[in-house]
Amino acid sequence: MTQKRRVEVLAGVLLLVLLWLIVYPLVLVLVEGFTGSHGWTLDFVRLFVRRRNEAQALWGSIWISLVTVLLAAVIGIPLAFLFGRYDFPGRRVLGWLVALPAVLPPLVGVIAFLFLYGESGFVSLTIQYLFGLEEAPWTLQGAGAILLVHAYSMYVYFYLFTRAGLASLDASVLEAAASLGAGRWRTLRRVVLPLLYPGLAGAALLTFMTSLASFSAPYIFGGGFRVMTTQIVATRLNGDNELAMIETVSLTLVALIALWVLRGSRDLDAAAGGRKGTAPARVRVRGKGVRLVLGFLGWTLAVLLLLPHLTLILVSFVPQGTWTTEPLPPAYTWRNYLTLVEDPVRARPLFNSLWMATASTIAAVAIALVAGLLSVRRRIRGRAAIEGVLALPWAVPGTVFAIALATAFSVRAPLAGRFVLVGTLWILPLAYLVRNLPITSRATLAGFRALDPSLGEAAASLGAHRWRTLRRVTLPLLQPAVLAGASLAFVTAFGDFVTSIMLYTYDTRPISLEILSSLRQSDVGVAAAYGVVLMSVSAAVFALGADQGSGG
Amino acid sequence: MTFLQLDSLTKRFDGTTAVDRVSLSIERGEMISLLGPSGSGKTTTLRLLAGFEVPDEGRVIVEGDDVTRQQPVTRRFGMVFQHYALFPHLNVGENVAFGLESLRVAGDELGRRVARALSLVDMAGFEDRRIGHLSGGQQQRVALARALAPEPRVLLLDEPLSNLDPSLRERTRREIRELIRRVGITTVLVTHEQDEAFDLGDRVAVLRAGRLEQVGTPEDLYASPANEFVAEFVGRSSSIGVVVLGPADRGLRVAVEGAEWDLTDSPQVPGGPALMVIRPEALRLMSPAPGTLVGTVTERRFVGATSLFTILTDGGASLEVSGPPRSVSAGERVGVMPSRRAGGGIHLFPRSAT
Repeated sequence: MTQKRRVEVLAGVLLLVLLWLIVYPLVLVLVEGFTGSHGWTLDFVRLFVRRRNEAQALWGSIWISLVTVLLAAVIGIPLAFLFGRYDFPGRRVLGWLVALPAVLPPLVGVIAFLFLYGESGFVSLTIQYLFGLEEAPWTLQGAGAILLVHAYSMYVYFYLFTRAGLASLDASVLEAAASLGAGRWRTLRRVVLPLLYPGLAGAALLTFMTSLASFSAPYIFGGGFRVMTTQIVATRLNGDNELAMIETVSLTLVALIALWVLRGSRDLDAAAGGRKGTAPARVRVRGKGVRLVLGFLGWTLAVLLLLPHLTLILVSFVPQGTWTTEPLPPAYTWRNYLTLVEDPVRARPLFNSLWMATASTIAAVAIALVAGLLSVRRRIRGRAAIEGVLALPWAVPGTVFAIALATAFSVRAPLAGRFVLVGTLWILPLAYLVRNLPITSRATLAGFRALDPSLGEAAASLGAHRWRTLRRVTLPLLQPAVLAGASLAFVTAFGDFVTSIMLYTYDTRPISLEILSSLRQSDVGVAAAYGVVLMSVSAAVFALGADQGSGG
Repeated sequence: MTFLQLDSLTKRFDGTTAVDRVSLSIERGEMISLLGPSGSGKTTTLRLLAGFEVPDEGRVIVEGDDVTRQQPVTRRFGMVFQHYALFPHLNVGENVAFGLESLRVAGDELGRRVARALSLVDMAGFEDRRIGHLSGGQQQRVALARALAPEPRVLLLDEPLSNLDPSLRERTRREIRELIRRVGITTVLVTHEQDEAFDLGDRVAVLRAGRLEQVGTPEDLYASPANEFVAEFVGRSSSIGVVVLGPADRGLRVAVEGAEWDLTDSPQVPGGPALMVIRPEALRLMSPAPGTLVGTVTERRFVGATSLFTILTDGGASLEVSGPPRSVSAGERVGVMPSRRAGGGIHLFPRSAT
């Protein structure tokens, strides 16, 4: 075989594997939703349309996501302006703290809020105690509770995207506006905000998609309030498989429409991205009163943002059954952490999550590297298809993928490419892999694109063969990008809840499921201890990523 | 009559003085080049004029109006930025209209004035183009049109040619000069390129380390530099240490590496050590002989009708001498003498004896 032929075969195999893993299960969902006992049918669509609670759940998903975008923007954008444009005492530390909600995996954030603001939470108990109330001052339930958690965990997208946008502004563009007679508001409205638009659209899209796919918050806090993700799981538990498929299709459609509406203007992105001058300097806040107010607000904010983390740590040291009505726990212990290590039954989830996240991350990185080599380096035909399929799982909510994989791999039909994997060791790592592919491939493809092709040519002209060039030049240069993608993928898989809850078995139960069952057995200490483990791993990985980012 | 006055402007950043008591009077319609090496404070001076920086001391006065503390927004100084700073999300027409809208120009009048500004820079009909689709030269002209459209009192140009291909620079320089003459606007431009400063400026202000070293027409600066720095910075020259012996029959007698030269047309300076700054055309090459500085030719470069030779003297100084092409070649031993028409090409700056 010639080399060109070999590359084409490899590309074909890769595309086939991706289609089988990602597209095929989704197609099967579509097919099952439209087939009854007598072939093609619209019965389930009719059922879906007829039942009021379906429409309510879908509408619930949509409006919760829209309001989440609004809340996240209202919190994140002003914070980004405050920390990006002004200089005041404590700016650095606070600016770093503001991004901290990002280190809480979704389920961990939710249980932290439960420990904090739930009926028997720390804040509720304190208020009850201080005012001598009979009952908790509020219940953490319904749409309000979901929105609270969403706003807390997702404003970070707006914050980070706006900060990045502000940092890439060209100072002389702002000066040009001033010298052309535009005041502060006109400059903001006509120049700054339009230039930030690509970043803001990106943040809005990310927030909307994350919120639409959000499962932990509605699952724990929803109560009677249903969104589509929790509705799908409930329908499936009822055994109405075909209806669940139609629900899945409806949620996917909403996600795809959002993607299309907010796809953003690439043209503008390119125009705004090419900064030639220097970034605008921060405005130093001089007024003593203003500094004091900013400092006070800043630290209040920091405490507010850190409370969930601190509560989680606090609860993880509480012995089982000792903390009932007092505002602060009466006793502390290492017991909960020791349990994680000593009790083989309780330690199993830690081991499970570790190996499954590691295996899926390695596989996702390997596939991303092959895709990068073929698509960016070799510029093979069909590269758009490969990149498109790799990005697809990002646009599809995790619940949908869990359903799709459960559908595809619960039947034995080798000729149709279907095997019984549900109930085996392999289904969860496979699900994690599918969900990780967009993360690793986005980072790796960007890394490949940023590589100067003349470096490879230089290596070749110095007599390095293909493998030596790959090993000595390409891979070392890709390392920061690959590592960034891999660490994010690992964290996502390590803390995954939404796909795990539909696909786990007792032997493969991951940490998130153990947290849930500990919570159900009122063993909050162990739940919190596992939460702290997830939080620490996420924090360590993000710190590593930030380090790599500044180093590269 | 002075139109724009810089009165003892001083600006300090974190303890270093970027601009140090710079005073300059500029006539209406005059073009002034601020010339200096990087770090000389020329850009800071421009930004003080634009109002992006507030001076620690001193004043900026336009037509008797003190604008030192006036915000850039209300100052009505037009500025063309080094990287143009065009708004990437607005098209050409909207960019040019931006400053006019600040003046509440609207409707047909706005369209007319945008079109007029664009035709001024030879970009008529480009209103609907995207900024990203313009070449570097076109972007620069749009930036000029945008700055000129609101009819500012003063035009400020920050390194206007530094972002253009070398092949485009000369033509653009000519176009800018003609445009500004036609508009008749008072202009201050910053550059580190001598050619640009001399070609565009009616007068050139040379800055070093925040201080104004000399202001004058290009001819003035070349023929009678105020000090060593200006003499060496402006035009080609080489420097050599000499001892001034005193008046001679014709001019002034100096001792240079064992030879004694009588300099005609030289300003009278007191006896003692001095630095002699010499233009290449003020020296000539001959065979080594008594009274000449003897050295070896190390380099020869063609520059059109003449060549520039670098001579390493036996005393260790390096001199640049212009002469007919091919008169000597590298490695040859030669003697150097002041040429008969050295004229204003030799400058002496006394050094305090050490």
